Amino acid sequence: MKGAMTSTSEKAGKPSVVHNTLVYMRQHWQLYAIFMLPAVLLTVIFRYIPMGGVLIAFTEYNPIRGILGSEWVGFSHFTRFLSSPDFMRYLMNTLKLSIFGLLWGFPAPILLAFLLNRILSSGIKQKIQLVLYMPNFISVIVLCGIVRILLSPTGMINMLLGTNYNFMTMPEAFRTIYIASGIWQGAGWASIIYTAALSNASKELKEAAVLDGANIIQQIKAVEWPAIKDTVLIQFIMSVGNIMSVGFEKAYALQTDLNLNASEIISTYVYKKGLLDGDYGFSTAVGLFNTVINVVLLVSMNAIVKKMNDGKGV
Amino acid sequence: MNTKFSRLSGADKAIMVFAHTVLGLFMAAIILPVIYIILASFIDPVTLQNSGLTFDFSKWTLTAYERVMSNSQIWIGFKNAMIYSVLFTIISVTVTLLAAYPMSRPDFKGKGFFNVMFVITMFFGGGLIPTYLLISNLGMLDTIWAILIPGAFSVWNMIIARTYYMGIPHDMQEAAEIDGASEMVYFFKILLPLCMPIIATIAMWQFVGMWNSYFDAMIYLNDAAKQPLQLVLRAILIQSQPEPGMVSDMQSTAARAQLAELLKYATIIISSVPLMILYPFFQKYFDSGIMAGAVKG
Repeated sequence: MKGAMTSTSEKAGKPSVVHNTLVYMRQHWQLYAIFMLPAVLLTVIFRYIPMGGVLIAFTEYNPIRGILGSEWVGFSHFTRFLSSPDFMRYLMNTLKLSIFGLLWGFPAPILLAFLLNRILSSGIKQKIQLVLYMPNFISVIVLCGIVRILLSPTGMINMLLGTNYNFMTMPEAFRTIYIASGIWQGAGWASIIYTAALSNASKELKEAAVLDGANIIQQIKAVEWPAIKDTVLIQFIMSVGNIMSVGFEKAYALQTDLNLNASEIISTYVYKKGLLDGDYGFSTAVGLFNTVINVVLLVSMNAIVKKMNDGKGV
Repeated sequence: MNTKFSRLSGADKAIMVFAHTVLGLFMAAIILPVIYIILASFIDPVTLQNSGLTFDFSKWTLTAYERVMSNSQIWIGFKNAMIYSVLFTIISVTVTLLAAYPMSRPDFKGKGFFNVMFVITMFFGGGLIPTYLLISNLGMLDTIWAILIPGAFSVWNMIIARTYYMGIPHDMQEAAEIDGASEMVYFFKILLPLCMPIIATIAMWQFVGMWNSYFDAMIYLNDAAKQPLQLVLRAILIQSQPEPGMVSDMQSTAARAQLAELLKYATIIISSVPLMILYPFFQKYFDSGIMAGAVKG
């Protein structure tokens, strides 16, 4: 085989690309057979095969007959979902939760990082950080358990307010609860990346600014903001890209029968329709719809940023 | 850069006061609920329901802790969560670190192809039902493998590890190759020992992530004996359905409901203790890990 390959490449007058690759692969077979194989297998089996499974969205899926044996119904699941009165509500619930979540949740860690940067003693700063990061390690279930306890009619919040609202049953309170608890849990942790970027801000630059008599606002404008601007931009793009993938786990754990009007989002609906009701085809269609919107958002966001950022995308 | 507070101008002083106040409030918002739950967990259920927190110590009791700790389901949950988290961390970190190595080599042929193949999965997937049916068809339902295997390879962590490898001077590898070291020897003997900070960081993420998640266990595991801690917690905290044995000796429905409520407080404390004890030890890996992730956003 080697001889055959060599003669082909000799005829062509220069070593062929295929030949070089094969030689490389034989020399470095371990890179493929040991290093890459597990990851490639897992990706193909658990990521790509389910992608083929989205065909289920176009069938009246019957688990016994399989995808090809099931009745083909074209886009009827999609039209059924898009024309149902619930569609707009679930879509809006999902969008509102993530857009408002982004509006409130995105600036919070940046603000925290700027505030932390004002703490002069590094010992105190570390202790504060230890507290701020802590909620990140609480599980979604425990977080929602705490939220339910604090917000119960006899819980701490009502105790402080002197009222006895049952917040968990109020649809109008759901988004606030979801977003505020998200900030409570995540803002401290998310601030690490900005804190690190801030501490990379040139020390000399800052000292020079102070010597020139710059006040704190001027220091922030001239030294600190430029130091974290790129990080902020990258984080923003990534957050926007995730707008349709609102976490299932937390929304589901904060749902009660009475707040569904605001708390039913696409991912919880997909779960209920698919795994609880067994309506596989319909559920897959709704999930696919969600994924497609997400991809469109991501691609357009990246295009916008490329324009803004002199052709540099992410 | 330690400017003395007294030397600051009036406006700057105001900003400093503002910064300290806001941070103080944020910390209070984190700490107060924790203290509230710790205190409430010791209070007699009827009193807690009727009059809330009290410092009348005759109303304090260890009932909730006794009941939660004497319930076997919690301990089964702890044991399962520990098994799943440890095994998942080992499998996931191994697969991820291995794949990151060829992807970090400039000469690796096929890198572009593999890169596209992996990155697509970050944005596009089959979704819930196709994945569920695949797991079901593979006979993995209600087995530990459904929890450990499908999510074991993390593209994101692979990118982070790859970025870290690329920061190791390239002459290391050339020197090793000249000395006749094979790829395996170079990887295990030279490269990995230099990458301990990032390995520890990724391992911590995977461990905490598995320990805290419930979705996969909820959809793939039915058997109560296989449930991880978070599912047990979900029954108590979210569904308000503690194990019947925890409350069944109470006479009235109302008393059972009150007790079920109190059990939540103790459950939160007991389930959070292990991670809270380990947590300060993680701290030194926080910054290195986050920065590694930031390099290639």
